[in-house]
Amino acid sequence: MIPLTIETDIVFWICGPLMVAGAFGLVLFRKAVYSALSMAFVMVNLAALYAAMGAPLLAAAQIIVYTGAIMMLFLFVLMLVGVDRADSLVETIKGQRVWTALAAIGVAGLIIAGIGHVAAASAGLDSANEAYGGNVQGLAAMLFNRYVFPFELTSALLITAAVGAMVLAQHARLTPKKTQAERAAERMEAYATAGVHPGALPNSGVIARHNSIATPALLPDGSISGESVSEVLLGRGAIVDTPALSALTAANFAGVAAELEGEEPPVPPALDTGPKPASLEGATPADTAELAPESGASDAAVEDEEESK
Amino acid sequence: MNPDLVLWLAAILFGIGALGLMTRRNALVAFMCVELMLNAANLVLVTMSNVHGGLDGQVAAFFVMVVAAAEVTVGLSIIVMVYRSRRSTSVDAANLLKQ
Repeated sequence: MIPLTIETDIVFWICGPLMVAGAFGLVLFRKAVYSALSMAFVMVNLAALYAAMGAPLLAAAQIIVYTGAIMMLFLFVLMLVGVDRADSLVETIKGQRVWTALAAIGVAGLIIAGIGHVAAASAGLDSANEAYGGNVQGLAAMLFNRYVFPFELTSALLITAAVGAMVLAQHARLTPKKTQAERAAERMEAYATAGVHPGALPNSGVIARHNSIATPALLPDGSISGESVSEVLLGRGAIVDTPALSALTAANFAGVAAELEGEEPPVPPALDTGPKPASLEGATPADTAELAPESGASDAAVEDEEESK
Repeated sequence: MNPDLVLWLAAILFGIGALGLMTRRNALVAFMCVELMLNAANLVLVTMSNVHGGLDGQVAAFFVMVVAAAEVTVGLSIIVMVYRSRRSTSVDAANLLKQ
């Protein structure tokens, strides 16, 4: 095995403060994904410290098992459940933060007072590592001689955990699955009692510069239709500001129209959208939302053109 | 090098982990704080293995890692299960026994 000859002190003074900073990031970041990233950062630094302290196999296992497997599992679950909302900052128990900080400082102080002073100087692992020809060989000799029964027990533990995770994550259906007819009947009942629109939800907006699913459709009055974008995007606030875009398009149209008017006096009617159905104005948002996306921008432009003439 | 410093670092990390566990209400972040405390314990084991010049501490750290991996699989599936029934990962949401 290649000896890792980096001076332990240097590694400690680099990785130690970084680990403390990462640990504070884990606690203080409001978004769980940032917390997970800080945690992975702490674990990688810890692996570097292990490597410098004569435990190269443990350093590799730290990166593979913790950073590679456990943190990925955390991120997977984070993606499954509620990555869209940040943690609430409201204290449910009065003065919880202050008392918790005091308790944490107390715990750290107790540990430092209890085990923070080693009487002997560090013996080093060189002789122990060399006894069997290396760190890996030494650990193997330990695992398969003195610790063989605990080692076997961990295999039982892992199998139990795998089976347990499968049993827990299995989705047992509590109620029978609804048929299509039942769902249609439910929709019509919701329409009859609460007036919920029974048809499909409106499409996302198709504007001159954006047509992604993050673009909300415009209602006839120029406001955005909340039903036309995903709730998750709305919750994150990651939607395009469509009214601003349509205003921009209207301004561009007006500019082009003014230019055309200045150069060539006889302007053909640029956009003939035909007579608008009168019922559109008084209709409910859900009925017209599918018609809305383009109409907001182009109507404003047509109006601007007509005004400028 | 002075092993006391590493032990103090482990104690600080453990304290920060305890702080997060007690303050954060997102179950996933609280769970990550538990992992941080386990890592601090591992750091103590490796340091002590270095101090005593034997490999037993490192073997113990391996066992801690195995137990942590098993704990994470079961714990995360419990969190997913709670999310399915309560639509929330907040630890305040799981209050069925209180009501």
